[in-house]
Amino acid sequence: MGSTVATERSKILLVDDDQDFLEVYWEILKTLPSGPGVHTASTGARALAMLESEPFNLLIVDLNMPKMDGLQVIAIARRKYPALRVVVWTCIADEQFRARAYGMGVDQYWQKPASEQERQHFIDSIGSLLEREAHSGFRGVQSKSLVDLIQLECLSQNSTTLKICQGAETGKIWIEGGEIFEAEVDELKGEAAFRKILGWKTGNFELQPGEHTKQRAIFSSYQALLLEIAQEMDEAGGPDGSGLNTRLDAPSPLMSLTRFNGVQFVLSVGPGPKCETKSWGLEAPDHVAEWAQQSLKDFAALGDKLHVGHMQQMTALSPANHVALAGSPKGELCVGFRSNMKSDEVRETMRNILVKWAA
Amino acid sequence: MGRMKNIFRRKFTGQPAKLPSGAFALDRDGKVVVSTLPQNFPQNEMKEIGARVLAFFRGAQQAQMPLHELNVYYPTLKVTARCLRGGAIIFLSPQTLPKN
Repeated sequence: MGSTVATERSKILLVDDDQDFLEVYWEILKTLPSGPGVHTASTGARALAMLESEPFNLLIVDLNMPKMDGLQVIAIARRKYPALRVVVWTCIADEQFRARAYGMGVDQYWQKPASEQERQHFIDSIGSLLEREAHSGFRGVQSKSLVDLIQLECLSQNSTTLKICQGAETGKIWIEGGEIFEAEVDELKGEAAFRKILGWKTGNFELQPGEHTKQRAIFSSYQALLLEIAQEMDEAGGPDGSGLNTRLDAPSPLMSLTRFNGVQFVLSVGPGPKCETKSWGLEAPDHVAEWAQQSLKDFAALGDKLHVGHMQQMTALSPANHVALAGSPKGELCVGFRSNMKSDEVRETMRNILVKWAA
Repeated sequence: MGRMKNIFRRKFTGQPAKLPSGAFALDRDGKVVVSTLPQNFPQNEMKEIGARVLAFFRGAQQAQMPLHELNVYYPTLKVTARCLRGGAIIFLSPQTLPKN
């Protein structure tokens, strides 16, 4: 079994209290050749919450921020995540800060670009830092099941083409941003091909770069597909069927909601008396959970009183970020969105999130 | 013919109240300052909507998430509220099914 070097999708966390900078550089960094996933945070506390929630490759942080400044963020990040690359970008031209930042182990220190040329240098350097990051690390050869491989690629939200050979037969599975888009083997395409490939017990695989032009033919989520196939194998009593369910631990349902466009944080409050709170990317989940629950309860009661039907959802806007709240049989959901999204976009995305959440 | 006339001219007595359409503004104490809602819309319901809206904005502020606009979607009514220096202006828009 062998593999070529995969084009892994790096993740950048951009931290700045200047919303305009965040917007502009969010757009620019996304276009880097490695196609990194770019997340933003407007406060140090939120940045740390996001780092806690998921691994990032690179932290780009401003020094001059209210409440928690960049140096404080770097100090905590360096201690908790020693492998994290850190780049400072700031308006502060003071040599003392440069020395302190390098003393704390940052990889690069940049003054915020003031010209097109400086901007290009900054972007190039970030690109090269990510490239170096991609080529470092450990490599090895290990026997993995196809299910493991697919889960790994999907969980990492990679865009890749998985080429699998079994004897004379060759199959391909296209994964785009962590979702299975298409599969082909012999004359078969779509889900039928995917099922056939998953039925193979041995073979070789190769990870090739993603093909962004591939038309999507598989619309089920990868968790649902893998679960169905595992169940079929269980029922068929296949030799490998017995252990499959234990290997199919899907990512936490909350995590899967963060793949929707513009999502900055997610919080769920479980149904029933326990009201278990789970969150992703949120600084003070308990306070937000309490407020969200109370607000949903208040406006649901108002709907009953005015006889206007069951409340569908609430959206709230601010210059920093937008928030949507809704209740479902699985509990209450509070989702934060980027502030550059329009109200209708937030509403529509929240509707799709609720469908996914319910599923 | 006379019977037909009776059918079409029948008066519906218990007609449900129409959903209000208009706006009203509240000060930071929840007092209604101005309103374009129909006069038959009860004042206490207006205050109740206002109280929930103000509680929403204040709760958000306390949760470190200051918000300035709220949209609440019911199947037949949309409530839009904007925060105004501690008070709020609230718009009530009855919703109908989209044409086509």
